[in-house]
Amino acid sequence: MSDRYQAIVIGAGHNGLSCAAYLARAGKRVLVLEAASRVGGAAVTREFAPGFSISACAHLLHQMPRTIVNELGLASHGLKFAAERMATILLSENGDNVRLPAQAGGVLSASDVASYSAFMVRMRRFAAHLRPMLDATPPRLGSGAWEDSAALLRLAWCIRSLGRTDMRELLRIFGMNVYDLAAEHFEAPALRAAIAFDALLGTNAGPRTPGTVLTLLYRLATEHGAAPAGMSQPVGGLGAVSDALATVARAAGAEIRTGVRVARVHIRNDRAAGVLLEDGTIIEGGHIISNADPRTSFFGLLGTEYLDTGFVRRVDHFRQSGQAAKVHLALSSPPMFRNLHPDGLRERLLIAPSLDYLENAYNASKYGEYSDAPAIEIVVPSASDSALAPPGLHVVSAIVQYAPYAHKAGWHTVRGAFLERVIDTIEAYAPGLRQSILHSELLTPADIETEFGISGGQWHHGDLAFDQFFMVRPVPGAAQYETPVANFFLCGAGAHPGGGVMAVAGRNAALQVLKKAA
Amino acid sequence: MSDGLHPPPHYNRPLLATPFQARARARSQVDQFVAWAGYTTVDVYTTVEQEYFAIRNACSVYDLTPMVKYRITGLDAERYLNRLVTRDVSRLKPGRVAYAVWCNDDGHLIDDGTLFRLGASEFMLCTAERQLDWLLDSAIGFDVDVAEITTTIAALSLQGPTSCAVLKAAGLSGVENLRPFCIGRFSLDGKEITVSRTGFTGDLGYELWMAPGNAEAVWDSLMVAGRTRGIRPIGSQALDMARIEAGFIMPNIDFVSAEATVRIGRARSPWELGLDWLVDLTKGHFNGRRALLAERKRGVARRLVGLDIEGNKPAEKALLYADKRCKREIGAVSSALWSPTCKRNLALAMLDTPHFATGSEVFAEIYLCRELEWERRVARAVVVSKPFFAPERRKVTPAWDR
Repeated sequence: MSDRYQAIVIGAGHNGLSCAAYLARAGKRVLVLEAASRVGGAAVTREFAPGFSISACAHLLHQMPRTIVNELGLASHGLKFAAERMATILLSENGDNVRLPAQAGGVLSASDVASYSAFMVRMRRFAAHLRPMLDATPPRLGSGAWEDSAALLRLAWCIRSLGRTDMRELLRIFGMNVYDLAAEHFEAPALRAAIAFDALLGTNAGPRTPGTVLTLLYRLATEHGAAPAGMSQPVGGLGAVSDALATVARAAGAEIRTGVRVARVHIRNDRAAGVLLEDGTIIEGGHIISNADPRTSFFGLLGTEYLDTGFVRRVDHFRQSGQAAKVHLALSSPPMFRNLHPDGLRERLLIAPSLDYLENAYNASKYGEYSDAPAIEIVVPSASDSALAPPGLHVVSAIVQYAPYAHKAGWHTVRGAFLERVIDTIEAYAPGLRQSILHSELLTPADIETEFGISGGQWHHGDLAFDQFFMVRPVPGAAQYETPVANFFLCGAGAHPGGGVMAVAGRNAALQVLKKAA
Repeated sequence: MSDGLHPPPHYNRPLLATPFQARARARSQVDQFVAWAGYTTVDVYTTVEQEYFAIRNACSVYDLTPMVKYRITGLDAERYLNRLVTRDVSRLKPGRVAYAVWCNDDGHLIDDGTLFRLGASEFMLCTAERQLDWLLDSAIGFDVDVAEITTTIAALSLQGPTSCAVLKAAGLSGVENLRPFCIGRFSLDGKEITVSRTGFTGDLGYELWMAPGNAEAVWDSLMVAGRTRGIRPIGSQALDMARIEAGFIMPNIDFVSAEATVRIGRARSPWELGLDWLVDLTKGHFNGRRALLAERKRGVARRLVGLDIEGNKPAEKALLYADKRCKREIGAVSSALWSPTCKRNLALAMLDTPHFATGSEVFAEIYLCRELEWERRVARAVVVSKPFFAPERRKVTPAWDR
């Protein structure tokens, strides 16, 4: 057997690692090259202050499919959970917190509780029917190939098999905005906002943006069949997911090198034939698979000289500017949210009091400003996993929307003020928070770009939107994990089915590589 | 409406005037103008025949200013152009000109043009259609600057057997030593002009590039120098006759720009247009290369060829058939004329495979309107090689200068 690598994966994010694991288990000789000093990409745990560790980008696991967890045996390779089936709690400034899933006897009216239950049953049914689309290579339009026609027929059948009533409802709401959908179904402003929040997290959209019902369905579809079910927090943070994937890949024979930066894909005879490292070394490989975002993959690693102008134009138009910031706090005492039992710190907490609050928060970002009253998803990982902070102390991780990638005044001039706004906003729900802060860290999308190497700092590697989904993600000509350059593949979140720690793009890409190599 | 003090609003005068406009209007006898790329230009000055024979027997002057011109500079200019066009730009030396075409991702022709290499990293690209968005999007990832400079350069084309003699008489000593597709810099009555031995007629000829401020003076000097050598300004119609004889294709006549086609299957590849000699598959990647390789592997479905048609009635827009009874349609004529120089009835036509092979016999369905009575003729035609007219004088150096 030749020494040559049959596959080289650029980037050891969760998708790169899952891709490597599947290829290695299929008997391929695989090399993974990661520029950072540790594996994980945006699913990583790191210290942000002495003794305080945090999931530096993604902070909850809720989209990892059971199939991948089981196929790779992640549980037996070190993946354990500190919190499972986490509830969502909509925080209220006056303490009228709403807990979801909704139960009778709480703040919500009986009719809202009933509507919520019926609504979620129906939405989850839609999600279950759409789910199979996520786990396969999307079809190409107009190719004339049998497999593409079959995939399109399967999609049509998935929708048709909902039955007449539900199919009509799905087609009715598909292009709607989540503001109207939530207002149709619920009375309580907080409940409406909670539904909308899930549609908006990680997108460049407000509740009134068309297509936000689609992003909600997408999120629910990615959560369908996840293991463990619901929101969960791995022991050791999200980095533990990456570590488990890396362990599986290594056990299957993949070689993983960290601290090695790939400068360019090496092209020979119009085919990807290896990688050129920053130190000038060329490593030859049969298939070169990029875990990087589309812009970095095509413009940075490959180079536009190997691509046609029309394709380059499409990649250039692919929208991948982040709108979400991360805030990490080290606290001397647990945060005291109004009317929240200490066990509540083990759940997922949202600051999103109403649809209009969300829409106003989004408005700012359209004009290059951060939200004065941001929407925030808060977790207190140390409440479930005490090893993340020194004894008795706590860490808080918050995703804050909206914070545009390019602030019109430049982030260096406003980042201090923005962090203060975020702390003030949380303080309004958790009095006394400010006094307990020992350390704080703000990652704007620009910081996320720098730290994780994601051009635009969008953790999905590209907006989730109608024109960037499924068979056109990231762009036509590269939406089946293959690219215009033979042997150069994509396996990151910029490819179908997108981001969120689920490792599906990596798995799908590996299967596509194996199919091509067969 | 104009009050005499203020110019009329621009939307009432949508066409620009070239710097030669006043001279052209003075010479125009039939007031026949056409719009070309946003300019008013002369279609016919006197009669088409008179102007055509100036090209082939004396010296014609054609106002080339509306030709769209781009200046391409920067460290990556050569690399950028090599990715843009289908031929190998690295083999184009400074001071030389090359005919080039460029394709979209599907390997379909967007446009053709002439590429002037003015220095190691300085080029001028002359095109029929405006291309700025394609050129700018092609620049993503390259250290290159693309600017449209159409209005900053006035251009005249001198074509015909006495064109070199006219230039020498005007004081351009040594111009006879300029080889085909070479660029030289000369002085004409103290005015600096750039001369390239290029043209669209397949004849001996030159293109003159100058500052717009010098345009009228250069025109006047040429007319004086050419008085005894049959110099004559010509319009677009006469030029179109000469270019068909030379076998040159015209965008939107012989092919439609791939970025402008609406219907599927209407765009054309270099293979289909018979431009194989312009495509270098060995130079590395360029726009459309992968699609062109795939098309060649599949087999080219149709091809633009030359036709020699019996009779003397031009087969304009004629449909072509495999059989005399006109049952099996196999193509169509895109350009046609009775060639006064070749004394042949010629056409450029797109023919389906396998009928495009040289020597194939096809039939053209020609409709003639004779004093409002229509006659239909089916004329036998043979696929012949191009160009139809290629005199030695077009490439002899030193050029004819008497």
